[in-house]
Amino acid sequence: MEGLTLSDAEQKYYSDLFSYCDIESTKKVAANGRVLELFRAAQLPNDVVLQIMELCGATRLGYFGRSQFYIALKLVAVAQSGFPLRVESINTVKDLPLPRFVASKNEQESRHAASYSSDSENQGSYSGVIPPPPGRGQVKKGSVSHDPVQPRTSADQQEPASPVVSPQQSPPTSPHTWRKHNRHPSGGNSERPLTGPGPFWSPFGEAQSGSSAGDAVWSGHSPPPPQENWVSFADTPPTSTLLTMHPASVQDQTTVRTVASATTANEIRRQSSSYDDPWKITDEQRQYYVNQFKTIQPDLNGFIPGSAAKEFFTKSKLPILELSHIWELSDFDKDGALTLDEFCAAFHLVVARKNGYDLPEKLPESLMPKLIDLEDSADVGDQPGEVGYSGSPAEAPPSKSPSMPSLNQTWPELNQSSEQWETFSERSSSSQTLTQFDSNIAPADPDTAIVHPVPIRMTPSKIHMQEMELKRTGSDHTNPTSPLLVKTSDLSEESKINSSVKFASGNTVADGYSSSDSFTSDPEQLGNNVTHQRSHSGTSPDNTAPPPPPPRPQPSHSRSSSLDMNRTFAVTTGQQQAGVVAHPPAVPPRPQPSQAPGPVVHRPVDADGLITHTSTSPQQIPEQPNFADFSQFEVFAASNVNEEQEDEAEKHAEVLPVEKASDPASSLRVAKTDSKIEEKTAASAPANVSKGTTPLAPPPKPVRRRLKSEDELRPEVDEHTQKTGVLAAVLASQPSIPRSVGKDKKAIQASIRRNKETNTVLARLNSELQQQLKDVLEERISLEVQLEQLRPFSHL
Amino acid sequence: MAVCVAVIAKENYPLYIRSAPTENELKFHYMVHTSLDVVDEKISAMGKALVDQRELYLGLLYPTEDYKVYGYVTNSKVKFVMVVDSSNTALRDNEIRSMFRKLHNSYTDVMCNPFYNPGDRIQSRAFDSMVTSMMIQVC
Repeated sequence: MEGLTLSDAEQKYYSDLFSYCDIESTKKVAANGRVLELFRAAQLPNDVVLQIMELCGATRLGYFGRSQFYIALKLVAVAQSGFPLRVESINTVKDLPLPRFVASKNEQESRHAASYSSDSENQGSYSGVIPPPPGRGQVKKGSVSHDPVQPRTSADQQEPASPVVSPQQSPPTSPHTWRKHNRHPSGGNSERPLTGPGPFWSPFGEAQSGSSAGDAVWSGHSPPPPQENWVSFADTPPTSTLLTMHPASVQDQTTVRTVASATTANEIRRQSSSYDDPWKITDEQRQYYVNQFKTIQPDLNGFIPGSAAKEFFTKSKLPILELSHIWELSDFDKDGALTLDEFCAAFHLVVARKNGYDLPEKLPESLMPKLIDLEDSADVGDQPGEVGYSGSPAEAPPSKSPSMPSLNQTWPELNQSSEQWETFSERSSSSQTLTQFDSNIAPADPDTAIVHPVPIRMTPSKIHMQEMELKRTGSDHTNPTSPLLVKTSDLSEESKINSSVKFASGNTVADGYSSSDSFTSDPEQLGNNVTHQRSHSGTSPDNTAPPPPPPRPQPSHSRSSSLDMNRTFAVTTGQQQAGVVAHPPAVPPRPQPSQAPGPVVHRPVDADGLITHTSTSPQQIPEQPNFADFSQFEVFAASNVNEEQEDEAEKHAEVLPVEKASDPASSLRVAKTDSKIEEKTAASAPANVSKGTTPLAPPPKPVRRRLKSEDELRPEVDEHTQKTGVLAAVLASQPSIPRSVGKDKKAIQASIRRNKETNTVLARLNSELQQQLKDVLEERISLEVQLEQLRPFSHL
Repeated sequence: MAVCVAVIAKENYPLYIRSAPTENELKFHYMVHTSLDVVDEKISAMGKALVDQRELYLGLLYPTEDYKVYGYVTNSKVKFVMVVDSSNTALRDNEIRSMFRKLHNSYTDVMCNPFYNPGDRIQSRAFDSMVTSMMIQVC
């Protein structure tokens, strides 16, 4: 072997190594055992190690003598420096850094027993003596007292020297590597700090790039007395180290973080050994983070938007890439905003990063936002991941894989829990999409398609009319609820309408109301009816509305159909208002107030004469007793003839199948004026004949008897007793009536004729109007059909 | 199992492109670049209809003898292009869709990061890890 010239440092270093390997102190080191471990720790490929061994001659000898060992160490240094392994290179390479040996965990543990306490002297140097991340033990700074286990006193003696020497020779790069170690908490050991000396920290600004997780290479000076340094990784509590670290870091930081780190340092110092949770946030830290959170977002339950957080964390002067990574880690729910927990986690990560800790690949469990329900499971899930990761920091990619699956496993449930957690917390951020289900759904418009028909009550009462008018106008303007009310009211009103229609049909002219029988909720029809009713109501209270009727001095005339004619014309005018009827019929004479009850009587009469719908006819029957009653009243008030007529009407009401009663009605329907008088007379006659209680004077009786014979020939239903009343009135004026009455009878007869004429005219008018109404309704129906046909097209 | 994954920005420059290290990456880059034309063609063909109706997954853009290229475009005209080895015949359309979905989700997560400026290269580690998982699947 050629001579090996070693520098002093190398000499000492090698001697230490040799003594370390030379357990048995036999001055000969076997190839296996610690030597192999040492060479393995050099992180050289196996072939290189073999080459080294061959070169140094150990293979020849079968063991490592001191010289061989020294040569081997030198070759290790050469190989680590990247130079080709040559025997010549041993001496040719100048300023070769000391071989670097990575201490594995086993080695550390083994060396732990042989720890030494020379660290106090190595305050500067031991900063680099940082075990690789997997090792729990870390070299403490001077403040830390290592286990005074000293395997060999010689080593102890050598120890102080070599460590001191080594840093001197360490090339400039070593501090960087050391620095990397310092900054390489890699999750597991981050709490154990990096007891870098203060001065070492200043040169390395915060611009330290993300250290290579896998770079656990030791700087040359770091393991000066290898066994001692390695062994020195005592399991002493990291508090002191943290203490030393953080004050150092405080010197660097000029931002607000300095305060934070100082407080954190103190806090961490006080914290007892928390090996398992290096990322734990202390109370003081948390309080500080919360205060910082408040400066941005006063509401502790609210969010910090991404932009504000970006500005805030940019102040830490960390590189954007790292901040981006921190954000990725801390934004647990990926919503672009930070909650209090997320903010604290991010803040803590930034602090750690500034202090030299490397960012973990996944969020440490202690920094996870506290989930209400799944906190335990999250902790359990993350724990193995954390440990797994910390177990093999040197191999970053492989470490990721064990941690990743655990992360993936816990992620889904964490995501779910985060969602649940978010539901619990009050969210003010609009960007929060997970709690969308909290948003209120707009109430559906209940009446989107409801077209509220006009509420109509077809009752003849004035009050109802007014109500209907109000409702109608109100429903036009009101909204959703009104149609419902209107509908219900309509439904109720419809029934009333039907009944009232029937009643009205019995009372008034048929056409409009007859159509209303086929009543639907059609607003137009209702409107028609309303108008009808309106007009009706208008007419009933306002007797002066209709045009002045022809003079009807006779009260009998008032009781005649003229009154009904008024109604009829009112109805027709109402129809006109509805746009159905065009021409106003001749206004019949207005009934006098005294004749108020009369109209009731005459309604059925007119109805009998004008209504052609059989549907209304049966309804008139029950009504007949009404005006039959009235007729009874009128009998006393009116003339004898009227009374007779009323009696006849009454009788006809009572006895339906009276032919004579029906005859005049049918004749009236036919609008035959010729037989009117006869019918009336006939009606009156049988009435008088059938009824023996008539108070009428005997003279009319013979007349009636005459008529009776005529009327007997004509079968008819008595529903037209109303007409019989009219006829009776007409009959009063008949010449057959004994003129013993005198002028009155003549007058009556004249009036009767006029009434008949008006009746015929009105009857014709009525029929025409009915026809017109039918035509208009048909047109309307056709238009509606067309509209409906057109509508589907419009919706395309 | 993707051989190459690329994220192309709206202006047709790559935001992220990563290939399996087995092959010549330049070749994949070229394939992705040529596929952009096909993507644009497909987009314009469906452009008549509303954007809502346009499906994000474009499907097979064009096959070569060795590889198949699939495309996916987001509503912001960010395109994802994936090159798949043709030998993996077991890869069904649904799987491709799911892969694109994962890509899209990861991309949105990247976007949510306030420190990410749209238009920058994607350097997110989470995104990288996701793409790695996609590319390592079959292997």
